[in-house]
Amino acid sequence: MVAITREQVEHVADLARLSLTPEEAERLTEQLNQILAFAHKLNELDTSGVEPTSHVLPLANVMRDDEVRPSIPREEALKNAPDHADGLFRVPKAIEG
Amino acid sequence: MNFETVIGLEVHVELATKSKIFCGCSTAFGAPPNTNVCPVCLGHPGVLPVLNRQAVEYAMKAALALNCEIAEVCKFDRKNYFYPDLPKAYQISQYDQPLAKNGWVDIEVGGRKKRVGIARLHLEEDAGKSFHAEGGHHTLVDFNRVGVPLIEIVTEPDLRSPEEARIFLETLRLILLYTGVSDVKMEEGSLRCDANISLRPVGADAFGTKTELKNLNSFRFVQKGLEYEERRQREILTAGGVVEQETRRWDEQKEITVPMRGKEEAHDYRYFPEPDLVRLVIDRAWVEQVKAELPELPDARRERYMRDYGLSAYDAGVLTASKDLSDYYEKVVEHCRDPKAAANWVMVELMGHVNAQGIEVRDVKLSPANLGKLITLIHKGTISGKIAKEIFKELLETDRDPEAIVQEKGLVQIADPEALRPIVLQVLDANAQSVLDYKNGKDRALGFLVGQVMKATKGKANPELVNRLLLEEIAVR
Amino acid sequence: MSLLDRPIQEIHDGLRKKDFSVRELVEASLQRIRAVDEQVKAFLTLDEEGALKKANALDRRLAAGEAGGLLFGIPAGIKDNIVTKGVRTTCASKILAHYEPIYNATVMDKLDAADAVMVGKTNMDEFAMGSSTENSAFFPTRNPWDLERVPGGSSGGSAAAVAAGEVVFALGSDTGGSIRQPAAYCGVVGLKPTYGRVSRFGLVAFASSLDQIGPITRTVADAAYVLQAIAGHDPYDSTSADVEVPDYTAALTGDVKGLKIAVPKEYLGDGIDEGVRRRVLEALEVFASLGAEWEEVSLPHSDYAVACYYLIAPSEASSNLARYDGVRYGVRAEADNLLDMYKQTRSQGFGPEVKRRIMLGTFALSSGYYDAYYLKAQKVRTLIKRDFERLFERYDVVIGPTAPTPAFKLGEKVDDPLTMYLNDICTIPVNLAGLPAISIPCGFSDGLPVGLQIIGKPFDELTVLRAAYAFEVHTDHHKARPAL
Repeated sequence: MVAITREQVEHVADLARLSLTPEEAERLTEQLNQILAFAHKLNELDTSGVEPTSHVLPLANVMRDDEVRPSIPREEALKNAPDHADGLFRVPKAIEG
Repeated sequence: MNFETVIGLEVHVELATKSKIFCGCSTAFGAPPNTNVCPVCLGHPGVLPVLNRQAVEYAMKAALALNCEIAEVCKFDRKNYFYPDLPKAYQISQYDQPLAKNGWVDIEVGGRKKRVGIARLHLEEDAGKSFHAEGGHHTLVDFNRVGVPLIEIVTEPDLRSPEEARIFLETLRLILLYTGVSDVKMEEGSLRCDANISLRPVGADAFGTKTELKNLNSFRFVQKGLEYEERRQREILTAGGVVEQETRRWDEQKEITVPMRGKEEAHDYRYFPEPDLVRLVIDRAWVEQVKAELPELPDARRERYMRDYGLSAYDAGVLTASKDLSDYYEKVVEHCRDPKAAANWVMVELMGHVNAQGIEVRDVKLSPANLGKLITLIHKGTISGKIAKEIFKELLETDRDPEAIVQEKGLVQIADPEALRPIVLQVLDANAQSVLDYKNGKDRALGFLVGQVMKATKGKANPELVNRLLLEEIAVR
Repeated sequence: MSLLDRPIQEIHDGLRKKDFSVRELVEASLQRIRAVDEQVKAFLTLDEEGALKKANALDRRLAAGEAGGLLFGIPAGIKDNIVTKGVRTTCASKILAHYEPIYNATVMDKLDAADAVMVGKTNMDEFAMGSSTENSAFFPTRNPWDLERVPGGSSGGSAAAVAAGEVVFALGSDTGGSIRQPAAYCGVVGLKPTYGRVSRFGLVAFASSLDQIGPITRTVADAAYVLQAIAGHDPYDSTSADVEVPDYTAALTGDVKGLKIAVPKEYLGDGIDEGVRRRVLEALEVFASLGAEWEEVSLPHSDYAVACYYLIAPSEASSNLARYDGVRYGVRAEADNLLDMYKQTRSQGFGPEVKRRIMLGTFALSSGYYDAYYLKAQKVRTLIKRDFERLFERYDVVIGPTAPTPAFKLGEKVDDPLTMYLNDICTIPVNLAGLPAISIPCGFSDGLPVGLQIIGKPFDELTVLRAAYAFEVHTDHHKARPAL
């Protein structure tokens, strides 16, 4: 059974903002199918009525008070930026149309 | 064919916390770009969010004011998408367990009351701001706004006209303003509105294909944008065409809606529970505590003004339509105990001043306490209404104690008959012809005589007393 | 004997007696790194200047007779996914090749408060994704016991650095075994604390609901000291538990009389190397001889743990790694529009394993597949957690091997992700259940170290350390050193 098609792999790559060469797409389709086939093992288990675990700790209501703490200097904020101008981060424009 | 318009709104409101929702950076509007930022809101590697309790309580407050049910347990989720103004490439939001749902807001349209359902209200973080340099090849990003707490309020598709949508939004704004959870300024973006609109044949159950409208940056644009879109869809449907499901942007220059470009790809936000935050468990006690902090809302206040103060529905409506005005009025009443007179003074004199000067109520120099005292002085007969209006003008400039002004300028009304009688006699002596005219049935002559007495007393005489003394003295001549 | 090759307590005795200074200690560490790291390749970045400056400051304090912290003067290696202010932090990824953090991880502040001295940042699998450190974008680290073999991963640099005597301790991070498995492969001690015991603030996230920072040391006592220094509630980490931190040295008694040990048959079944199985059974005999009792038990959902993990961890990772978009930091690929910039930056910046997991996770969360993959895995996670809860009603600890085999050869599994994933079969269930576990040396198989895993109840690191310490003081396995 095919769990994920080549077209789906390419769609997922778009969602994840990755560009794949045809070879990469081919290899990933194969590998992901292998891994997902292995994951299908989980379907052997009846999980109806089982609550999902997204946190192992039973914590609730962890909050802080509404207090302003110092921000960092702008130079620090921009220090690692690949490109910036006039105190703003700069990126190429999105394609129009 | 006749069509019915169906509108639902998605409203984003920035909460008035001092610090951001997940870090300690300030939420102040208008700071220089990228100065209210830190590793957490910039989404640096390794950072973690910690929830601001005040944001949760403001959201609860808003939810209660909108008659919502507050969830006993809710959680945060990640909404994944790439955009330069979204540092982590996911927005922390709430997906399948919102903070609150099933609320309602009553609005008044053409004198009729209408209930609009609130489907849900949830907490999330705001994104930064992108600037597209005109003609340039770049986008510039300021992250000051990223992480400012937002509530998203989603209505049921209960609105039936663009006007209803505008009125709903104005009503919602007023309610939120009263609760104090936000400054709800559309021009500063602390209140933002997207709208879904579709048309269906009158009597049909199924909804038509909807379009989503964005960039509705003012109450006026909400109505105009929806009116345009209503017209556009009606024309398509009438011509036998089909409305395309899409997102459209209101172009305020051209006053049309245009399809949004560049976002053609189908969204798949891949929501999943935010592992860096734990759930919120909201017990009865917490809800009650927040409820107890909830101030009186516009509807309740309007009714109280009518019931307790004896104001007309119209006056009560005018006064409560602005929280600042209504708060001002309440304080005036506290200081004069004459709610009706206070309403007149606030609505006529004070608003006259505000409108003439083009200022806001909060910018008025005259304090409600001193206006209250002024009204009390009239009420007690210490000064006449005419004098009061003059003092009022001075108070607008100085906000001094009106009693002090009255004392200082000797403006105390002459209400003692024996103090006034000699002046009355003088006036009668000097105007024998007018006395005669009056006796011959010319009623207007009495008005002239009153005027003469007022003139002689520089307006300080109690007009009723003047009237009475004149009549008494004329009768014995 | 090298200055460094002693337990922390002995080093502190030496410092107190002025046998040597902190500076000499730190220089010994830097010298050892210069001598062996060409071969081992444990470090990505050294901070000689910072380390020596700190050493001098500590020596002045020592001379002034001031009291020192718990880890006073102790040279340490820090895994390169722990954020160090001003010291390059790469996660062994090209995308962060030049990233200089603007803040410190909470554990770094804690180590600083304990007066430890960081000498450098250790190599790892890129973004902690891997079991061999071969997925480092820069170079693989080698196992000090056999340079042809991997040190394990993803904290391979940290384990190798400790095993090679380059530092006294290192910090690693463990998402599915990334502290314990390299500790086992390198013949050292590796402790993964309970989820929530150590702050994750400043640990570059791989899978947020599983990640945990912990120590890699040469002795159990040292692991107790380091844990003492880094454990505790952190207001900057909402998932850090507000649970009291006990005195871990209280565990160093050597006494395990009456300790109830569960040995899951699934951890000693098919696919477990014969040498490994033997060492584990011998270790159990040692425990029995010390008055502990062990019984074979079952963790019925063990078989599903790897599949469960390889859906949950990549899903969280796909979201956690989305921030590497070339906008605010990191290496950006030039492109003339935004979409191409994103795609080129991420395609050039991430290595094959990271891309594979981002793809897997993105798919598992995507519309139409969420319930079948991610949600299903979360439900299975509940079953796995319950397995342990049931065992811990009757037993104090669960013991088994840390890894099914000793260290494998470089390149052996690189092209076969699934086989590589199965290597984590004994460690993954522990992360899914959020439990504390330690790997300690328990002998050799064909000349390669074997690790014994001791798993405890939530927040009961004390019992885990007590069992591990008792084994250590009654055996000599931890005294073996690689010939470098």
